[in-house]
Amino acid sequence: MSIDLSLIWAGIIGFGVIMYVLMDGFDLGLGILFPFAPDEESRDVMMNSVAPVWDGNETWLVLGGAGLLGAFPLVYSVFLPALYIGVFLMLAGLIFRGISFEFRFKSKKNRRWWNRAFCWGSAIATFAQGAVVGAYIQGFAVEDFRYVGGALDWLTPFTVLTGLGLMAGYALLGSTWLILKSEGHVQQWAYKITPKLLLAVLVVFGIVSLWTPIISPEVMERWLTKIHIIGILPLLALACAGVLYRSVKRQQEGLPFVATLGLFIFTYLGLIASKWPVIVPPNYTIWDAASAPESQLFLLIGMLFVIPIVLAYTAWTYWVFRGKVKVGEGYH
Amino acid sequence: MELDPLLLSRLQFAFVVSFHAIFPVFTIGLASYIALLHGLFYKTENPAWDRLALFWTKVFAVVFGMGVVSGIVMSFQFGTNWSNFAYATSNFLGPVLSYEVVTAFFLEAAFLGVLLFGRNKVPEGVHLFAAIMVAVGTFISSFWILSANSWMQTPAGFELIDGRFHITSWMEALFNPSFWYRFVHMGMASFLTGGFVVAGVSAWFLLRKRDVEANKKALSMCLWLLLILAPAQAVVGDFHGLNTLEHQPMKVAAMEGNWETQTNVPLLLFAIPDQDAQANRFEIGIPNLASLILTHRADGEVPGLNAAPAEEQPPVMIVFWAFRVMVGLGLLMIAVALTGLFLRRKGRVYENPLFLKTLTFMIISPFLAVLGGWVVTESGRAPWLVYGVMTHAEGLTPSLTGGMALFTLIGYIAVYSVVFLTGIYYLTRVVRNGMKETQTEVEGEVGRPKRPFSAAHTPFDDDLEGANA
Repeated sequence: MSIDLSLIWAGIIGFGVIMYVLMDGFDLGLGILFPFAPDEESRDVMMNSVAPVWDGNETWLVLGGAGLLGAFPLVYSVFLPALYIGVFLMLAGLIFRGISFEFRFKSKKNRRWWNRAFCWGSAIATFAQGAVVGAYIQGFAVEDFRYVGGALDWLTPFTVLTGLGLMAGYALLGSTWLILKSEGHVQQWAYKITPKLLLAVLVVFGIVSLWTPIISPEVMERWLTKIHIIGILPLLALACAGVLYRSVKRQQEGLPFVATLGLFIFTYLGLIASKWPVIVPPNYTIWDAASAPESQLFLLIGMLFVIPIVLAYTAWTYWVFRGKVKVGEGYH
Repeated sequence: MELDPLLLSRLQFAFVVSFHAIFPVFTIGLASYIALLHGLFYKTENPAWDRLALFWTKVFAVVFGMGVVSGIVMSFQFGTNWSNFAYATSNFLGPVLSYEVVTAFFLEAAFLGVLLFGRNKVPEGVHLFAAIMVAVGTFISSFWILSANSWMQTPAGFELIDGRFHITSWMEALFNPSFWYRFVHMGMASFLTGGFVVAGVSAWFLLRKRDVEANKKALSMCLWLLLILAPAQAVVGDFHGLNTLEHQPMKVAAMEGNWETQTNVPLLLFAIPDQDAQANRFEIGIPNLASLILTHRADGEVPGLNAAPAEEQPPVMIVFWAFRVMVGLGLLMIAVALTGLFLRRKGRVYENPLFLKTLTFMIISPFLAVLGGWVVTESGRAPWLVYGVMTHAEGLTPSLTGGMALFTLIGYIAVYSVVFLTGIYYLTRVVRNGMKETQTEVEGEVGRPKRPFSAAHTPFDDDLEGANA
């Protein structure tokens, strides 16, 4: 057939994943930073800066999950059983932090508890997502299109590291977002913590880069044969890190966040380039994992209709809520 | 004791889906009601309709928010606990469930924001249009979900290749033999739910003499609606039952507690089905009535459970009693609606305290009836997950152990207890706060929020009187 639907779908899912990581990343990151904020006023600013957009950000998670079942059911039916406990923890975390967005502002006597729910929910959900990335790099025990491994195969020293790494990464997205959206002492605090978070991210980035070829022979081989192409991506990521560091030192407001986005995007592309076209490692490609072409086509029609609308709506929301969030500004 | 992952997974699914179901069942009916209120205000410009619309939109916002949160969990259940089923059926269920998500997001992105936050900001005609589109959207959403469920009950339009379902006709699959019955039955159940909640809350306000004029209007409308819908639902349910008899005779046999295929089957009012003995231990029934209802002849033959081997029978006790809960509550609803008509003719419908109190208690009845109905249809198809093709055991995730399933079952119960009890507690505060407008609503929105909950400004834990934070 002339059009490779699986390829189109890989593009859609890949786009959805990075949209989710970048957008939910900074609001999860603010949750992780929540207990370290200098005062309750700053916490109000932090939450206000993402309150209007966070649930739109999570749209991409659900859209991606549903899209996987429709387009690459093997991913859905291997990843979810393999990550059974992790998926539960992630959902529980997302639910708790979601509900604390709603009730923290409506609550005075119990605000402390909603703060805790927001922080722990964000931290657990992020750790679980980072561990998923690590588990994807590790690969899964699959026989005859079915997961045959144990309940905690996904939890290894490597995935704990990727989990902690993503927590540092989301916190970095959160702090640079806060630089963009705040002013005064809140912004100064964000400037202060950003280099430390960047350092943590780079340390994990380095260890994971050295560790990955050891646990994944396929990646090792890919890197050895195609290093002149793939090597560009981590270099670009490091360049972004350099720009980020310099812009924070110069107290620029927009560039730190943009540079962090770049850092994430190039790392993500590096990961894809190392694995492509394998989607259920170590053995199954996007074509093995695909649903029937007529099913992919049936769903594609709806997606092509709705994705531009969701994008337009997202852009409009961010436009409406552009500008600084001020201390004491009412958000209800 | 050996932990059974199959049983625990079924319990977990039943728990999360039951918890989830109560929210959309309510919002589907309520969305149409809100659209109607907007329409009435648009036409008559009577401010009472506007006040009612504003109040019920706040309730809608909170319930819709809880429905979305619990729905996220649902979209992962198929993969975590039923991965063999998810993989085998993904060619159909993948696109269909995705379309539900797409519909919900489209609805939220395009129209929900305007409905919740567009008051006094967009022309009233646009606001009305948004309200109608939200109502239509909830129906489209339920169309996909009920089509998916109906397909599992009465699979159609597919062929099996290497153990996977491939769709040969989307029309046959989407509009499978039980779809329309289920869709109409469920749509009317949503209207009944919305009707009884609005009637009950209005009655609660009337008992306290709050916003009497608006609540009288709301109660009157609801009682007319219920007077038509409650009996009509019984008729639709009967058609649905006949359709089930044709496609899933074992389910009907369990509903009737009928073990032998025989004629002149009585309608059992009470029985204690004993699956081991393959008989009822005790029964009180009306002679010939089940035959009459199911075959329209007193001596009609009704299939019995023992037509299937014991391991292919549904759990009779559960199906038999869940069916009686649903039908019993349905009859109670008809009685209440008729009482309303009687009191209206006497002119005492807004004053009779006993009737108003009864209506307040009836708020819970449609929810219980809906859950009862779902227990009948879901337990009644056991052991089949896809009727006649795939059993629950075959659909289960192969790597799942009893310990894992127990961990998440307890986990979901704990999370839901905290989150949704909080939500329902908050909802009761919104309702008790009633149609008093808060400071923010009078002054207009400051933050232009976009999340459903933020349409409600009732404080979570401060005293309601005078607190406008």
